[in-house]
Amino acid sequence: MTEDSRLIPAGSQTVGPFFRIGLEYLIDRAPALDADTAGRIEIRGRVLDRDGTPVPDAVLEFWAPRITVSTSAQDPYPAGFRRTATDTNGNFVVAAMRPAAVPLEDGRMQAPHMLVLVFARGLLRHLLTRVYFEDEPGNTADTVLQEIPAERRATLTARLETHQANSYQWTVHLQGQDETVFFAW
Amino acid sequence: MIELRTVATAIPGTQPDYHFPGYVSSIARSPRMPLVLLPETITEKTGPVFGHGLIRQHDHDLTAQHGGEPLGERIFVHGRVLDEDGRPVRGALVEVWQANASGRYLHKVDNHDAPLDPNFSGAGRTLTDEEGRYWFKSIKPGAYPWGNHYNAWRPAHIHFSLFGAGILSRLVTQMYFPGDPLQPLDPIFNSIADEAARRRMISRLDMDRSEPNYALAYAWDIVLRGRSETLFEEAGR
Repeated sequence: MTEDSRLIPAGSQTVGPFFRIGLEYLIDRAPALDADTAGRIEIRGRVLDRDGTPVPDAVLEFWAPRITVSTSAQDPYPAGFRRTATDTNGNFVVAAMRPAAVPLEDGRMQAPHMLVLVFARGLLRHLLTRVYFEDEPGNTADTVLQEIPAERRATLTARLETHQANSYQWTVHLQGQDETVFFAW
Repeated sequence: MIELRTVATAIPGTQPDYHFPGYVSSIARSPRMPLVLLPETITEKTGPVFGHGLIRQHDHDLTAQHGGEPLGERIFVHGRVLDEDGRPVRGALVEVWQANASGRYLHKVDNHDAPLDPNFSGAGRTLTDEEGRYWFKSIKPGAYPWGNHYNAWRPAHIHFSLFGAGILSRLVTQMYFPGDPLQPLDPIFNSIADEAARRRMISRLDMDRSEPNYALAYAWDIVLRGRSETLFEEAGR
């Protein structure tokens, strides 16, 4: 098929304020990860607007390709995927397996990261960002991270919680001085 | 070292801008700093695939989820999910949610003074078949007022959320109904600048699939970003 016969992808529209009706079930059905599961991480965070006001109606989806998947063939839930939503205070929490380091096309390794999709009332099209982990030594050599202006790089890095192993803190700023880096797509 | 291919950006006008002041909620919630180009790596080329175990018996029939029938105009909504090459996207998870016939959502922050329907929750989901087809049975949602501007009303719509091959094919959109006079007045609908792209969000009355003396049908095909040769991870394989 030639390039000009390609179809144009459908336009995006906001998820609106009432998405829980249709989207919450998938949060509830994620396979539980016990606190002592090897490789389990937890990200606790907030979504804030331009004024630092919490966004109580955001959905976040986390994706990491998992090269080795150990779940059963009957499992309807993809291992590398998690959905979460913010509460009335704009807070979210998500438990997932720590992503693996994955290669670029040229063979260089990327630091472990997850692709994050942010949906909310007010967002006509979802946002695309990545989250990295503070204690991963590969961050300083990661091509994607190093391409980002130094002063904004920290917006993509989840901080380790002081008293909890494998637990991270990450704030998404939709707009403003501390605006999170979002990618074009 | 080879040149890394970056994620392609949408054809101008076919997707809404993040900052669209006509939709007031976008003003303080849209990024204003430059968006950054992203290499298209294995992370971007793969995506989740959902198994049939996720779907339950009445998930595609929003009229059968309670003891009685919901009020309103019964409808069938069907169509195909296609990639940019026009190939069917098989096994795509399609999630829908909508207001009831009175224009009221079953949601605690919906304060529109219209009745809830004890027989209607307004949520459904399905996986597309081998030809990329999906099918729902529902009732036609009502228009409803919202606070965006004076006397603002949303045209009737059904929210759709889809997963195709690869996470970049992810789409959340709204399906509209033909001939709705509220569409030209709606900033969300009009956030897409390209007229043809707006028109593609409007379903078509499909008399061939309607059932006489029972229900009208609306057809709506959805094109997802990407091409089917995109590699993706199969759940649990």
